[in-house]
Amino acid sequence: MNKSVVFGALTVAGLAAGAAAAGTLDDVKARGKLNCGVSTGLVGFAAPDASGEWKGFDVAVCRAVAAAVLDDPSAVEFVPTTGKTRFTALASGEIDMLARNTTWTFSRDVDLKFEFVGVNYYDGQGFMIPKELGVSSAKELDGATVCIQTGTTTELNLADFFRANNISYEPVPIETNAEAQQQYLAGACDVYTTDASGLAATRATFENPGDHIVLPEIVSKEPLGPLVRHGDNEWGDIVRWTLNALISAEELGVTSTNVAGLGEKANPETPEINRLLGTEGNLGEMLGLDADWAKRAIAVEGNYGEIFEKNIGESTPIGLARGLNGQWKNGGLLYSPPFR
Amino acid sequence: MATLTDPPQESFQLSMLLNDTRYRSYTFQFIALIVLIAIMAYLMSNLFANLRAAGLNISYGFLTDPAGYDINQRLIEYDSQSTHLRAALVGILNTLLVASMACVTATILGVIAGVLRLSKNWLVSKLMAFYVEAFRNVPVFIWILMIGTFVTLSGDAPKAFLGENPSREMFLGGFAFTNRGLYMPAVTAGAGAGIVVLVFLASIVAAFWWRSHVKKTLFKTGKLLPAWVFWPILIVPAILAQLVLGSPLGLIAPDTMANRFNIQGGLLLGKPLIALWLALSVYTGAFIAENVRAGIQAVNRGQTEAAASLGLRPGRIMNLVVLPQALRVIIPPLISQYLNITKNSSLAIAVGYADITATLGGITLNQTGRAIECVLLLMLFYLTISLLISAVMNVYNKSVSLKER
Ligand SMILES: N[C@@H](CCC(=O)N[C@@H](CS)C(=O)NCC(=O)O)C(=O)O
Repeated sequence: MNKSVVFGALTVAGLAAGAAAAGTLDDVKARGKLNCGVSTGLVGFAAPDASGEWKGFDVAVCRAVAAAVLDDPSAVEFVPTTGKTRFTALASGEIDMLARNTTWTFSRDVDLKFEFVGVNYYDGQGFMIPKELGVSSAKELDGATVCIQTGTTTELNLADFFRANNISYEPVPIETNAEAQQQYLAGACDVYTTDASGLAATRATFENPGDHIVLPEIVSKEPLGPLVRHGDNEWGDIVRWTLNALISAEELGVTSTNVAGLGEKANPETPEINRLLGTEGNLGEMLGLDADWAKRAIAVEGNYGEIFEKNIGESTPIGLARGLNGQWKNGGLLYSPPFR
Repeated sequence: MATLTDPPQESFQLSMLLNDTRYRSYTFQFIALIVLIAIMAYLMSNLFANLRAAGLNISYGFLTDPAGYDINQRLIEYDSQSTHLRAALVGILNTLLVASMACVTATILGVIAGVLRLSKNWLVSKLMAFYVEAFRNVPVFIWILMIGTFVTLSGDAPKAFLGENPSREMFLGGFAFTNRGLYMPAVTAGAGAGIVVLVFLASIVAAFWWRSHVKKTLFKTGKLLPAWVFWPILIVPAILAQLVLGSPLGLIAPDTMANRFNIQGGLLLGKPLIALWLALSVYTGAFIAENVRAGIQAVNRGQTEAAASLGLRPGRIMNLVVLPQALRVIIPPLISQYLNITKNSSLAIAVGYADITATLGGITLNQTGRAIECVLLLMLFYLTISLLISAVMNVYNKSVSLKER
């Protein structure tokens, strides 16, 4: 028995450390499919719709990469991951990239050996609480029972926040957002805390969203972005510049409707658009892709702004304002390095 | 083949390794062993090569770093600045707590159900048969979830008990069943509490001494001393000590006024603990019931009949004649049920119970990314505990097994 236990563990360990090697682009091409890690279900960010098709803000990044690399936005295998399983899934090579509300932190970057390719949503941790409890500030939460998703930065920020304010709480660790929502609605905890965007998305699915408020305090910085494994810089570049292409497209006014026209031939007045859409220069070739890679990525669901509006923007039930996630020219933080 | 290096001996031919039944099994075992070692070596080198390629190493340094997270159930002092090692310790104690609670209740449940299943009362025996079949045929994971959900949905939120005008009163002024667990009065210890406890411990010793003394006198002289004195010896001195010292041991009811979210103070049997404990108990109890039934049926009917002809009542026949003999059959499978309880307690995370798998193997593993280190430690822990349980139970088994003279 001992032997088989050790044996099994070694197998797992061996596999876990398995496909850390380079060559992800070749793997994806050979497979004809991009394995993209997303959340288990957070409406607006990543969730299967009624017909089973994955939809959302994070999903759009996966589709854009698949369109750029494989010329097919539907050639994506979406792998649902929890806060606990996501990093093992990426490290083991089960997924090629992770786009799951994941905060860029020092230790994840340096110690866990991942490469965050950018930020697709600037967020911060908030608290949601039933209105009837009459709480107006997170500092009044002394003694509360708090639902948290385990394996997240949320868990650590929460401990820091309560400690810093010298108040106590009871944590209820939970694996998925769906379960946390259920526990919160059943009153098993008083407060649900996670990224403010996640709170908005969760609240939007409630029967009576108006019965719950999100407290004004934002207790942390949560820059959320897609990530890949350390050590495969070519692949990291592809994901990074696909995201940048979506952001630049918005800045440059390239949309899903005009991308085909703009990309037909070079316009001497808009050299950066030309380089982005491959009608000038050879940026695609430098990435190991063809000239039209960004054109395809943008054509899927449009530029960053379109993706935002369609999935989580003010016209959706989630209703998030652009805020920090506006273009730098509009006072936001989105600032793609230049395409040249 | 490795065996080629063996020098051929007189009257021994290599082909005998395959053809001679005396050697054949050794040959195959030897080959299997080599293959096993080769596979292990391959996996190990693969592991280390990949770790190196990914720039990772095996190191346990993280155990002394601050854990950074809080734990909702702790038997020892712990906060988010404590180390990962301490978080693991909190988890270990929680594992041991729920496992030992479940072992006790599962045994009680199992013995009762096993005995009653053999009852001549049709309804009782069928009910027990139903319990056994229903509970051992549904995975324990489902039971844990079900009981957890049941507690969440059947209890009121603690808010119902809070404030000046609560919508619910505490039962007997001190018990509140909420969707977060069962709040109970806690024991408080004032000055002199130690003395009361010591007195009580001494009375336990004295009471049992009395019991064996009664037995000895009965066997030696045939005189029956009053056996019921056992109870006064057990209880009276402690009560006297408590009164004389001015009630150092007290009860404190949970406080419903101190906080706007939760009942404070008192003793809380949290929902995760309740769900895990009950689920492990009823599930494993069903298996133990079957072991008990098998054990009882293994005792020769003649024993029962002989005891009956001596004039023993059925209850005493069971307790004095049948069960002691049945124990010999029951104990060995009982060991593996205890092992199962301990190992199944690792499903704790399903209801958010902070056992060792949830702390060291869950949050710590996740936040530090030290998967291999944590999993190895976990394996070591469960292995140690399992071997310890087996060792202890084997000693007990020896003490009740048939002594061959
Ligand atoms: N940003 C934090 C928290 C991420 C997180 O767990 N977010 C939740 C809610 S915003 C989520 O995506 N849940 C979806 C799921 O359960 O799969 C982190 O990276 O650790």
